[in-house]
Amino acid sequence: MRQPALITILLGASLLSAPAMAQTLRIALASEPTAVDPHYHDLTPNNALAMHIFDGLVLQDEKQALKPGLAASWENDGKNRWTFKLRQGVTFTNGKPFTAEDVVFTFCRTLKNETKVSGSFADITGNFASVETPDAHTLVINTTEPEPLLPTLLSGLPILTASIVEHGPISYDVAKNCGVTGPWPTVNNFNDGTAAIGTGPYKLKSYVRGSAIELERNPSYWGPAEPWANVRFLPVTNAGPRLAGLLAGDYDVIENPAARDLARLKGDKRFGHVITPSTRVIYFQLDVARDESPFVKAPDGKNPLKDVRVRKAMSLAIDRDAIVKRIMDGAAEPAYQYLPTGMSGTLANPPKLAYDPAAAKKLLAEAGYPNGFQLTLSSTNDRYINDSQITQAVAQYLTQIGIKTEVDAMTRAIYFPRRAKKEFSVALGGWGSGTGEAASFLRQWPPTPNEAKTLGGSNYGGYKNEEFDKVIRAAVTTLDDKKRAELLQRAMTLVLADGAFIPLHFESGIWAFKSELAVAGRADQYMLAMSVKPAK
Amino acid sequence: MTAYVLQRLIQSVLVLLAVSVVVFFAVYGIGDPIELLVSPQVSDAERQALIRRLGLDLPVWLQYLTFMGNAVKGDLGSSFVHGVPALQLILARLPATFELVLLAMTLALTAGIPLGLMVGLNPDSRRARIVMAGTVLGFSLPSFWKGMMLILLFAVLLGWLPTAGRGETASLLGLKTSLLTLDGLKHIALPALNLAIPNLALIVRLVAAGTAETMTQDYVKYARAKGVRPRRIVNRHVLRNILIPVVTVVGVEFGSLVAFSTITETVFAWPGMGKLLIDSVYQLDRPVVVAYVLLATLLFVTVNFLVDVLYAALDPRVKLAGEQA
Amino acid sequence: MSLDLPRPDLPRRDLPRLAGPAQADTPLREKVLARLRNRPTTRGAVILLGIMVALALLAPVIAPQNPHDLGALSVMDNRLAPGEQGMAGFTYWLGSDAQGRDMFSAILYGLRTSLLVGLASTIGALSIGILAGLTAAQFGGAVDAVIMRVVDFMLGFPSILVALVLLASIGRGVDKVILAIVLVQWAQYARLMRAAALVERRKEYIEAAVNFGLPTRHIMLAHLLPNSVGAVLVVASISIASAITLEATLSFLGVGVPVTQPSLGLLIANGFEFLLSGEYWIAVFPGIALVLLIMSLNLVGDRLRRSFNVRA
Repeated sequence: MRQPALITILLGASLLSAPAMAQTLRIALASEPTAVDPHYHDLTPNNALAMHIFDGLVLQDEKQALKPGLAASWENDGKNRWTFKLRQGVTFTNGKPFTAEDVVFTFCRTLKNETKVSGSFADITGNFASVETPDAHTLVINTTEPEPLLPTLLSGLPILTASIVEHGPISYDVAKNCGVTGPWPTVNNFNDGTAAIGTGPYKLKSYVRGSAIELERNPSYWGPAEPWANVRFLPVTNAGPRLAGLLAGDYDVIENPAARDLARLKGDKRFGHVITPSTRVIYFQLDVARDESPFVKAPDGKNPLKDVRVRKAMSLAIDRDAIVKRIMDGAAEPAYQYLPTGMSGTLANPPKLAYDPAAAKKLLAEAGYPNGFQLTLSSTNDRYINDSQITQAVAQYLTQIGIKTEVDAMTRAIYFPRRAKKEFSVALGGWGSGTGEAASFLRQWPPTPNEAKTLGGSNYGGYKNEEFDKVIRAAVTTLDDKKRAELLQRAMTLVLADGAFIPLHFESGIWAFKSELAVAGRADQYMLAMSVKPAK
Repeated sequence: MTAYVLQRLIQSVLVLLAVSVVVFFAVYGIGDPIELLVSPQVSDAERQALIRRLGLDLPVWLQYLTFMGNAVKGDLGSSFVHGVPALQLILARLPATFELVLLAMTLALTAGIPLGLMVGLNPDSRRARIVMAGTVLGFSLPSFWKGMMLILLFAVLLGWLPTAGRGETASLLGLKTSLLTLDGLKHIALPALNLAIPNLALIVRLVAAGTAETMTQDYVKYARAKGVRPRRIVNRHVLRNILIPVVTVVGVEFGSLVAFSTITETVFAWPGMGKLLIDSVYQLDRPVVVAYVLLATLLFVTVNFLVDVLYAALDPRVKLAGEQA
Repeated sequence: MSLDLPRPDLPRRDLPRLAGPAQADTPLREKVLARLRNRPTTRGAVILLGIMVALALLAPVIAPQNPHDLGALSVMDNRLAPGEQGMAGFTYWLGSDAQGRDMFSAILYGLRTSLLVGLASTIGALSIGILAGLTAAQFGGAVDAVIMRVVDFMLGFPSILVALVLLASIGRGVDKVILAIVLVQWAQYARLMRAAALVERRKEYIEAAVNFGLPTRHIMLAHLLPNSVGAVLVVASISIASAITLEATLSFLGVGVPVTQPSLGLLIANGFEFLLSGEYWIAVFPGIALVLLIMSLNLVGDRLRRSFNVRA
């Protein structure tokens, strides 16, 4: 019953702040955040929501380049010491000023987060030997291990205010509970709004799981004011209905309509769309280690995937351009390495992975399989864009060079646990680089696993290349950006040459919107209200 | 009588126990939820911490006992994915499903009773034959395909109705409902129709058969001979006679649709309980799946129990059979 | 318990038949006429069913393309509209799907898979159900109680959930789908069989046989079974339709038959995402085939059922 009054007030307020556009921006999401708590679960929709309400010390722009956030500047001493100069005059939406104490509290909370699923922030803060605050706006972090990517990693860590807990003087001393005397905030404290207090461009108005998330503009935001007084996120998980809702005028912006449906928007002046290549690479991971692989049957009883010529032949057999055109409807880029060209650590001119079935057949024959062998490709059918269709198309191409290929497509609930148990021979994978540089893929998939699994944690195919291992180990601890990029390029070349990971394409993010709006597509596929502006 | 009630009560509890065991272990058998919850780049220590917090490090039988121990205290566990109590998650979806089924059943009844009467009063007419053939079609259309065709026709080709989702809702007594806004009604129309069609076919058949049978009864014949107007006969005799089977069937259907209208909710992306169940199975969110099926079973077991006890109270033979066994 | 899908309960529930024509007091002429008028639908259904079975059997001969052979498909010919020609000059009369499968061929092969699943799972469920029901009726007491509690338990679960969870853990495959459907369908036959056998058991000739000292197995198999199985078999004819629907629904949900060997249900499911972009043929044509198949099975089954009831 109180709603009409509230609306009147909001309308009144919005009339004062000039632009005469619809003041509520309605965005249809492809997947819903599972919580408002920014440290709850490291998922794209959760992280994107958090960026509205909270700020990181560092921010990432559309192309994942770093820019100052709550830290105005930062520097590294060439070793493990980092100094962050914090922004002055910033206040939280509860009126409390932002200081270094809030940052230390946030770091502590990542280690004192009982209700989280998997924040992955504890892996960052767990590497902090000490955090000091010489003054209210200076932060000095000493890491245990050298971490060249610290600013990038911190860009994903939303800063909370210490005022949501009872506390004495805050210090980075986890053993002494960091000076916090009351209970640590739980996921529910954020979901009901009491702890969802940040410095971001918007603040949380309401969160109703399954139906809507409502934000309103933060009047005390430190950056330029956002054009929208209110933002409403509506989860619409099916692509068809999302697009239909846009066409019907129910939404102003939608994320990821199906590329094949874009034809309906073309030629309609009322709508526009952007297609932005993302960093997510789709690839096949091959079982190159075992003598007998579960889904390979060769006449000689061996595992042909151990032979680099067979792997090369498989890559040569695939027409990437055709897959991009016919299956992805153009909304993807053929991949010749594991991160789009131009990002840090990538090759400037990767050799094109051409489609050459004749050469593929020749290589197969050279490897001793002139009549091919039997193979099953395993893939998800509900994780990546057109995942099971892509796998079937690749199976077609492999069958055409004589490798009799079957496809086993399953839901992710079955697929991921099985893949982790190494039950597959050739497994579809997808990997987006959260850090925007090549180490993300290269440290996770191809290295020989180390004990803490910080390297090679997903090397399910048993790939092993000692030279590569040496290079990647050096790269992840090299603080010098240029040197690290060179090492990563070498690592990339080595992995590509062995063909144990066959890249297919990079997915693109798609945003469709009313033509009165302009949307800047993001490489990290985040759907942000901040990317939406009135068209000029 | 007491012995019979006690026996049925014990049986009901045993059914619930059996269901909990089967569902718990079946979902456990699908796969390890950790692989879905934790990104591969998370360190091993982090991953182990979560495994411990969710109790997944325990042997499965111990996990089950822990779950049952809490369940007895009324705590059905918390969702792995959302971190909130499973019960809360399920109940939050109840209104959406409830209004959908309510509308579907209303549609089925308001169209089904007159059609059934029409067929039952004139079973050999051309119209009756067409309607009866229609009921076979109504049974034969697979729910998901029928839903797709409704979307194709009304949303894509004609553009009259939205393709899916729940529209604007208004509050009624603190509950959100789609039935009070135009946008909400537009959204609910197709899924409700999809659910209504097979039930419409069922009701037409029930009413038609009941009507035809009543019309041949002597007292009806007598009334007709006496010159009572047909409308009065239908109202006084026929409707009263068919009411009981129709109410019984509608009741049963209503219950099972509220609990498991999964396909319609999936096709139309309706944010109800059935969709939650499917989503939870796909996310290996075991607490939600187990809590859901247990709740549904509890509902059915309770209803069956009450019905059986009522029958026993009314019919001495049942009681006898029960005490013998 | 029912669901909003197949109508697994259709045969189980005692569906009232159209009472009119069969009433004892209707004049004989009326009865015969009603029968005659009834015939065209049933005959049409039988003919349709015959054609579909023939098409399914002959699929490898008639189909212009083998849709299960990935080597015969070309992704460059995908999503062609009905009547369009592919790169190699092949005409796709009913269009092609996202993999470049000829829809006409895919429907023929899909029909094959759907019928196979329907028949095999019904036979499987029937065998187990008859055996369980017969055993329960014959031995009574604790055996009966145990079997019937298991039956109640199975019928208490929604079939789709059981099959979904089972298939989620054992994976895709025609054999696995059949297994899942057998698991959810046997219980209804057991219940029916038990009821029919109990009625039969009270008849004098069985009592005589018992008194005569014939072995139990002989009584069960030689007397009880043949004399009470009729009703169950009739219901089974309708259950083939619900087995086929269940398979289609499972494939729609992403479990079920392998993606490279699509059944009718999987073809429809694949077409779902192309509805909005106007590529209707991927979902619509296999859907029509599926509906015709299920409807003709239902009509024939319904007719059989009525005939039996009249005779009984």
